[in-house]
Amino acid sequence: MNAPVTWSNPSESRLGIIDCDIHPNPKPGALDAYLSERWRKHLSQYGKFVCGPYQDRGTYPRFSPAVSRRDAWPPSGGPPGSDLDFMREQLLDRYNIAYGVLEPLLGGNNSRNLDEAAALCGAMNDWQAHDFVDVEPRLRASILIPSDDPDASVKEIERRAGDWRFAQIQLGSKTSEPLGRRRYWPIFAAAQANGLSIGLHVGGTQSSAPSAGGWPQFYIEDHHVLVHSMQNQAASMILEGVFDAFPKLKVVLIEGGFAWAPHLAWRLDAHWAKMRDEVPDLKRKPSEYMKTNLWFATQPVDEPEHPDDLRQIFEWIGWDRLIYSSDYPHWDFDDPQLAFRFQMTEDEKRMLFRDNALDVYTFR
Amino acid sequence: MAIGAIDCDIHPGVPDIKALLPYMSEFWQESFIARGIDGFDMMSYPLNAPITCRPDWRVPGQRPGAGLDAMRDHALDHFDIGIAICNPLTGGQVAVSETMGAAICAAVNDWIKEQWLDKEPRLRASIVVPAQAPLLAAEEIERCANDRRFVQVLLPVACEMMLGRSYYWPIWEAASKYRLPIGIHAGSMYRYAPTPTGWPSHYLHDYVAQAQTFEDQLLSLMSNGVFNKYPDLKFVLLESGVTWLPSFIWRAVKTWRGVRAEVPWVNRSPADIIRANIRLTVQPFDAPDQSAVERIVGQIDADHMLLFASDYPHWQFEGDSIMPSGLSPDLQQKMRIENPLETYPRLKEAAQ
Repeated sequence: MNAPVTWSNPSESRLGIIDCDIHPNPKPGALDAYLSERWRKHLSQYGKFVCGPYQDRGTYPRFSPAVSRRDAWPPSGGPPGSDLDFMREQLLDRYNIAYGVLEPLLGGNNSRNLDEAAALCGAMNDWQAHDFVDVEPRLRASILIPSDDPDASVKEIERRAGDWRFAQIQLGSKTSEPLGRRRYWPIFAAAQANGLSIGLHVGGTQSSAPSAGGWPQFYIEDHHVLVHSMQNQAASMILEGVFDAFPKLKVVLIEGGFAWAPHLAWRLDAHWAKMRDEVPDLKRKPSEYMKTNLWFATQPVDEPEHPDDLRQIFEWIGWDRLIYSSDYPHWDFDDPQLAFRFQMTEDEKRMLFRDNALDVYTFR
Repeated sequence: MAIGAIDCDIHPGVPDIKALLPYMSEFWQESFIARGIDGFDMMSYPLNAPITCRPDWRVPGQRPGAGLDAMRDHALDHFDIGIAICNPLTGGQVAVSETMGAAICAAVNDWIKEQWLDKEPRLRASIVVPAQAPLLAAEEIERCANDRRFVQVLLPVACEMMLGRSYYWPIWEAASKYRLPIGIHAGSMYRYAPTPTGWPSHYLHDYVAQAQTFEDQLLSLMSNGVFNKYPDLKFVLLESGVTWLPSFIWRAVKTWRGVRAEVPWVNRSPADIIRANIRLTVQPFDAPDQSAVERIVGQIDADHMLLFASDYPHWQFEGDSIMPSGLSPDLQQKMRIENPLETYPRLKEAAQ
């Protein structure tokens, strides 16, 4: 066993912590207020029309109820993440969270029916803003968009862009096509023009197998290979020239791991050196885009056999690229005081728990 | 022998996992409870979608088809059905986990015995098997087959691979051993897009496109030589529609004539194989009027292929129009009795 490293509590710092991955959940029926009669009726008949074998759940049954910590069920009832007071008690107050970015994972953006996707995203955006941010201004909402419909996505981005309650645009790490494809560029253009970052959260459509080898049998596999979707989105955006076209675009990879980032960068560079004429328009080495346009949320933090190897990974990626995330209330929550088991300097702590996030998000 | 009509496709509503737990091992009971997982209803039949239950057959507070009394009132008594074959549509058949899928399927088989077959002597059932795991599926057939009330093996039409592939042959082997036909029902594991051009925007499109998947699977079964290996095995296409069949046969035969040397073991015309080994239930029929039905039946030119079915509680017809109009009285009689008895050997035992 590695002994936990003692350190001064990061939540004592004056500005507190910024947590870029908090999952709110609607109480049953809470979204209805934000949906038109047409869509309420449609959804009650046909359900959310997503890819996958089941009506009411993802392809992979998870390992704990609502994928959550067993202590995260609010005493008032409702699912984990649905009770703001309980979220304050378990997370915001307890860890002195100055700002927290909401990441609803409700599949609305994955609907196969694009009008339904737009209606659901709009409703989930209103719901986050009204039911969470208006009541608790430490929280900020994500702009959910029907990413398979770029026009509707841009419309939704522009509708929310001036609203201080929204901190970023959310996309899933599994999209219908690799994200570097031009069909998604209007979204990146709108993001850059409005100074909004993209939060790329693991998950998304189940329109294709989670692994290139096919469909794994177990959650223990599916959960692991989520990081591969993230690696391919990073590679796709870089190689397709997204960051040449939109050099100010900021993408935060959330819950997709980060210990793979150095070896992906090295591998891309090594083979780009030999095959760069296939991507002649790329202006820089692939790894350089990772140092300027990508950020990595830390949860679930990798746990090397030797804790100091985590410091090495941080150094390889760059201390300025990592942003703390808790993933509250999910089962693999990272406690900011316990998750990082190596010694950090005060400067390093400030970067990880606060300043890097301020480079990405504008909190007004 | 005088018996009522034989309904070859009726759907008792499968309950949620909680209700199936008593039919599971301690491991699975604990697993489902501790993990808090339920909601395994198939995307192929959203509970509130119009197709899943005819409006006047919906019972407030019950899942479609979940009540035996309602099934008696709406279907068995109402349509004078002597025997009905239950085809439970369960999420166990589409699970990614082989063993979880097998556990749910086994529970459904034990549940249907206890909750339906034991209570209503007119009912028979298909064995639901985990096609995700052909060896486990074969074991489940072995486990259930000695109960003669199981008369068929049931699979969804869209699985993880084409059904002709040798991967699935242990299922065909076990079914052949007990002379059980394979029922292939509309429904998908959704491992792939349900159409060759991707994921449609509408459930309506998904449902309609399944007729094509039935075509795909027939081609696969024939081309891979399943009927060479298992010449007596019957495949019953459940809820596939009927009107797609003639033009399918024409194209299959034409292509076979042109390139049959690629698959030399396919030494009979696809039309002959289909007429010998394939059966179809006739709800839905998918024809606009009597003359189209007459014409299509003439084109199929094999009265023994068609099987009477209500598809209860799915919404395929209005009122009492359970029999598509345009079928001769003689054909209707065959569909009701003779053809099902020829297709399902075990039904003859009940009729004697």
